[in-house]
This record gives sequence, structure tokens and C-alpha cells, in this order.
Amino acid sequence: MIPRYQVYLFGFLLLASLAMSAVLWHLRERAHQRLLAGQDSAPTSAPAVAPDEPAALLVANDSDGSLLTQLHSLPLPDDPGARAHAVLGKLLDLYAAPDAAHPVPGGAGSVLQVFLLPAPEIAGAVPAATKPIDSNSSTVVILPRDSRAKTPGSPPQDAQQSSPLLAVVNLTGSFAANHPSGIETEMLTVLSICGTLRANLPRVTQVRFLVDGHQRATLAGHADLTRTYLTGDLLPSGDSHP
Amino acid sequence: MPVSLINRPCIQVLRGQRLLCALMALAALLPLAAQPAPPAPQGRFVVVLDAAHGGDDTGGRLANNQLEKSFTLALSVRLRSLLAARGIQVVTTRDSDATIAPDKRAEIANHAQAQACLSLHASESGSGLHLFVSSLTPAQSARIPAWKTAQAAWVTRSLKLAGVLNSALLHTGMSVTMARSSPPSIDSMTCPAIAVEIAPEQNAGHEITAPLDDTNYQARVAAALAAALVEWRSEARQP
Repeated sequence: MIPRYQVYLFGFLLLASLAMSAVLWHLRERAHQRLLAGQDSAPTSAPAVAPDEPAALLVANDSDGSLLTQLHSLPLPDDPGARAHAVLGKLLDLYAAPDAAHPVPGGAGSVLQVFLLPAPEIAGAVPAATKPIDSNSSTVVILPRDSRAKTPGSPPQDAQQSSPLLAVVNLTGSFAANHPSGIETEMLTVLSICGTLRANLPRVTQVRFLVDGHQRATLAGHADLTRTYLTGDLLPSGDSHP
Repeated sequence: MPVSLINRPCIQVLRGQRLLCALMALAALLPLAAQPAPPAPQGRFVVVLDAAHGGDDTGGRLANNQLEKSFTLALSVRLRSLLAARGIQVVTTRDSDATIAPDKRAEIANHAQAQACLSLHASESGSGLHLFVSSLTPAQSARIPAWKTAQAAWVTRSLKLAGVLNSALLHTGMSVTMARSSPPSIDSMTCPAIAVEIAPEQNAGHEITAPLDDTNYQARVAAALAAALVEWRSEARQP
């Protein structure tokens, strides 16, 4: 026989536990609602869709070692850095295509960032040669120069709008690791990147390369990535549409 | 090497005379450095063969998993034999699978005072032979040339060498591409220097007719390069 006071005590404890469960459930729901309210994921501004614009890409061809300008229409943002990223992404997409004349795996994702900085003045800079060294050759050439930079001054505001830019192209390590090895193929990649930047951003007069944010000696054993490449006179060798 | 010979007496001088001795050594070096291209003794014709990569630096991976370092070494050995048979003295930067830094390669080439320095490479990209001359702007020789741009005083000669090689190689039926580039070590060489990249032979339809592992193709390339260097020797000996 259970004593009466124990029955009352049991009932009281049962009611107390139920009440505490209800309070806990209520507090949990309130915390959840508060959390959701703090993480408002609704878009604050409509996504900007850049209009298609013509872009000139200097596309390499391994068979004759040439760089040929191709005109493509692609969405180009207004921001120069994003624009440079977009054109290089398109260029590397062409190289990653199965029937590419200059096959390089990786595609647009191989360009991590493109930084545009005021170009340092290079002592004794000479315009880059772009002509073949004899008539039998069709290879377009650019002269890489050592970066012997003078300390830049402080140009006035209007001069800054047209001042030359240094583009720092940050590539992925996988792009460099999977790039075909060879002097010609590596130089064609470097030159096509430099020429494409120059064609679409005329203020870009110098280009440097990083791989995963760090300086790297060569792209795949041959093309020097420690230099500053001058884009000065890198002229397209001809126009064509894809 | 002149530096070591000049510095030897300095070992025994007193401490206070070291500066004077160093200045004397520098003064003795200046006439050597002022000469743009130290001419080799009459009749002496030296070719430096630089088999690119080696050791830890495997270079590119070619067809049939062959490594570029192995290909260039084999080509260097084959070319050395052909040149030696033609009475040409050959200096090689490596004769085994050893890691050699680019600066060391340039040092070996510069000590040899060669009339031609060939850096041998291989690639599966492109076709035929690719000849690269340094992309440095031709310049007058300096009294003490900068190490990284020492080739600038030799670019004109290098371009002439490239022209002779191009003509000779085209004469043998090879397809040749010429360009300006600066693969490692070339810019520090004080000799007519060219980087030679061998790629598979392709026909007009871009089909490979002679892969890199074709021994007949390797022999043809070596013979063509040897013939071209003999032609260069004839040009170099003309006044």
C-alpha cells in the first residue's frame, strides 16, 4: 500500500517536470526564432548582370607557335580587376576545351585573382619586341624585363586616371602543376595572358605572376615567373572570330 | 680562372695590405672584363652542351613516361660524340643524372669561353625544333657585366648563331621555330647561347610523324645539330 503523501509527491513531481519541459521547449523556440532573425539571408541588392561586350583574346597556337587575336562577346563588369579576371577566365576556358590549339587544363577557375596596382617606373625600359626574329618565324615575342623599379612619386589625381597599371595575376597551384612543360608552350601561355590583359585593359603595361599567392620560379620548369613582363608593344598578329 | 690565380699571393700578405692586394687584383681583372668577348685561341672551337634539368629537376614528362632530363642527357651524349668526331671540343654541364643549378650551368659555360652554347630541352608541345635566343635587349659589353644580364652583350652573336642553325636545320628538312625567350641560365651566359627545344615531328595535318622516343628521329636531330654547328664553325672562322 502506497502512502498517500507519496502519491501526492509523485503527482507534484510529474507536474513540475511537465511544466519545466514546456518552459524549455518555449525557450528553445524563442532562441531559434531569434537566431533566424539575426541571419537574414534575403538579398540586399539585385545581382548585377553585366552586358555582353566584345573582348579581344590573344589565343596561342602550339602548332606554329603563334598568338592570334580572337574576338569574343562576354559579360564584362565595370570594375577593371573583375574585367581582367573575366577575360583571363574566358581565355583559359578556351585552353581547357577538348579541341584547343594550346591545350592547358584548368579553365577559368585557374585564375584566383587579378590585382591592379600603379605600375612602378622601370629604369631603362625598352618597348617589348613583338616581331619574329626572322621572316620564317611566326612567333610573337615579348621582352620580359627585370623589375628594376624606381620609387614611384605621387602623381596628381588626373594623372592617376590614366597612369599605367601593373597587373598581378594569381594562378592556382594546380594550373601550374598540370601545365604542359616546355619553353614554347609555357611562354605562349604567359604571353597570351599578358597580351589579353593589354588588349582589354590598355593601362596594363606590366604583368607579374603569383601561384597560390606566392612567387614561383617557373610556370612548369621553363617560363620565368619571377620577372615583370612588359606588355608595351604586344600587338595582335591578326583578328579572327571564333 | 684568373680570379683564383690573382688572389693566391694575397693569402700571404699582412692584414693591413689586404686592401691594396684586393685593389691590385681588381685592377688586374678590369682589362679582362672590358673585353666584350674573350676570343678563344686561334683554331680552338668549343661548344658547350647543357642538358637541361637533371636530378631532382625532372623537367617535363614526355611520351611513354620518359622524363625530359633523361632525353636531354641522351641527346647531349649523342651530340657530343658527333661533334668530337668532327674535331670540335665539347664541354658538357652534366654527364649524369645530377641536379645542377642554373647559375652553375652558366658558370661552366662561361669558363669554357665557348663559341656556341646550346641548352637542350624537350617538349611534347609543338613540332620540330624550337630555337630560343635570350630576350634581353642587345647591349654594349660592360666592364663588369651584371650576372643576370651578361648575355645582353652576346645577343647579337646569339641571333647570328640562331640564323645559321635555322638555315642548316631547314636544309636537313627539319621544321624550325625561332623566338626570343629566356629559359633558366641563358641570360647569364657569356657566349653565343641558344636554347634548343626538341618537339615531335608533325606533318601538315598536325599528325605526329616522329615521336620523341623514336631513336631515328633523335639521331636525325643530333646529326642536324652537329651539321649546323660545323656550319657555325665555318662562319666563326671567317674574318
